[in-house]
Amino acid sequence: MSELANSNAQVVADCLRAWNPSAVDQVIEYRGQTTIVIPHKLLRAAARQLKEDPQLSFNLLIDATCVDRFPAEPRFEMNYQLLSVSRLARISLRTTVSGQQPIVDSLDPVWPGANWMEREIFDLFGIRFEGSSDLRRILLPEGFEGAPLRRDYPTEGPR
Amino acid sequence: MTTVETAIGTTKTMVLNMGPQHPSTHGVLRVLLELDGENVVTADPDIGYLHTGIEKSCEHKTYSQAITLTDRMDYLNPLGNNLVYCLAVEKLLGLEVPKRAQYIRVMMVELQRISSHLVWLGTHALDMGAMSVMLYCFREREEILKIFERFAGQRMMTSYIRIGGLSLEPPAGWREHVKRFVDMMPACVDEYEELLTNNRIWHGRLKGVGYLPPETLVAMSTTGPGLRAAGIALDNRKCFPYSSYEEFDFNVPTRTESDSFARYLVRVQEIRESVKIVRQAMEKITDQGPFKAEAPGIIPPEREKMKTEMEALIYHFKIFTEGFSPPPGEVYQAVESPRGELGCFIASDGSPKPLRVHFRSPSFVNLQALPLMVKGRLIADTVAAIGTIDIVLGDVDR
Repeated sequence: MSELANSNAQVVADCLRAWNPSAVDQVIEYRGQTTIVIPHKLLRAAARQLKEDPQLSFNLLIDATCVDRFPAEPRFEMNYQLLSVSRLARISLRTTVSGQQPIVDSLDPVWPGANWMEREIFDLFGIRFEGSSDLRRILLPEGFEGAPLRRDYPTEGPR
Repeated sequence: MTTVETAIGTTKTMVLNMGPQHPSTHGVLRVLLELDGENVVTADPDIGYLHTGIEKSCEHKTYSQAITLTDRMDYLNPLGNNLVYCLAVEKLLGLEVPKRAQYIRVMMVELQRISSHLVWLGTHALDMGAMSVMLYCFREREEILKIFERFAGQRMMTSYIRIGGLSLEPPAGWREHVKRFVDMMPACVDEYEELLTNNRIWHGRLKGVGYLPPETLVAMSTTGPGLRAAGIALDNRKCFPYSSYEEFDFNVPTRTESDSFARYLVRVQEIRESVKIVRQAMEKITDQGPFKAEAPGIIPPEREKMKTEMEALIYHFKIFTEGFSPPPGEVYQAVESPRGELGCFIASDGSPKPLRVHFRSPSFVNLQALPLMVKGRLIADTVAAIGTIDIVLGDVDR
């Protein structure tokens, strides 16, 4: 199983590097899974490449989530899980976002299914997604202030 | 509010609120419907009424304590939630679970899948007006809940699957009980099919309703029976096997029509396939053997050993006060829930409490497709579409 993961990861990293040598910051192998770290300026273009390159064809965005590494900088780590339905292959993408300017490209234009996932991250972490077709709170009520899933937001709520 | 061109002039649309308190939304779901008469122009789901902050709470509990929180997300599939979380933590730890425990896990998760599909079928049929089906489905589900009570002491929020294995040894006499259930079940599924599959009203309510082409479903990240009813045979149990599923012989039912009726056929067939898996699991589970792995410091020792051996006592104390610390790193583990791909993403920073736990819930992602399914259709079709997506609000909101 890990052999497959490695060869799949090699193909993905090679294709991305062939498309743009600076697209791949780092390739992390851990517990049989591969995460490719991409600079956040190239995120949407790399995502489009991963979807449209026939050797890769990652057409299903499984998940988009965020990790808050407060107080470390860069503070937020976006993690994306992709699946290629035709090749039955998975890959993880990661990009980092600074805490001072939490804005990242929306992947809505590439995978429309990203919309609700990004709305959830916007709602709970306060990260803005540029180019999203519909960015508003999803789980919390409209007038809510704050981003509860950030590490510096108290679990019991503000008092 | 928009103006709509009709044959006799322009008319304005009406925005009506469906839910959050509504018998047919399967929970606290609010859908804002913009209506032109009885036709839906746009539908906008408003969720979050059942948001309890499970992901935030997990950050303040040790890895073992968080298992009880996972039960309560998709409350029709608690064992599945336990499984995805425990598999993710075991991946983080690099922990191997003994085969016997894996087979018991498979059996329990498949029984849970049958029970979830029974609730789906019962409530979906009830929405469409077929009330008897609901009573029949819930009658069979009672048997499954009795089995769970026998194994774990709890009917629903069992927390039976723990890190490294299970919480308890399977109880005496479990074989006869599960055998009675699997022997009875195929005839019961025949009974539901006899009532519905060739029923003209069922066809009228479901055929052609909630249709979306497969490319749209993939673009909207739909997984599970919705995708399989469109011809795409994506099932994590077959495509990315976990917990010894590769050793089981079962089919993944698919259809091509991609409407509500196709999804009904897929799910009913899945019940039959799950019964097959439970039968095979029963044969594979030996009477003697471990039900959890040996990992002192991570998995608590046997209660009796804790009372007599010093090392066991110390391990017990450390595990329950401090907890264990997996190495720093991130993992993502996916399983096939009755609703689609259920995933768990855990980021560990080397401390006994997780840095971040995120659950990729199938209901949340699948519900995105609702506005596309009901555009231009009747309100009654909205009810059918919500039922056919098979959402559980605990899974949507967490």
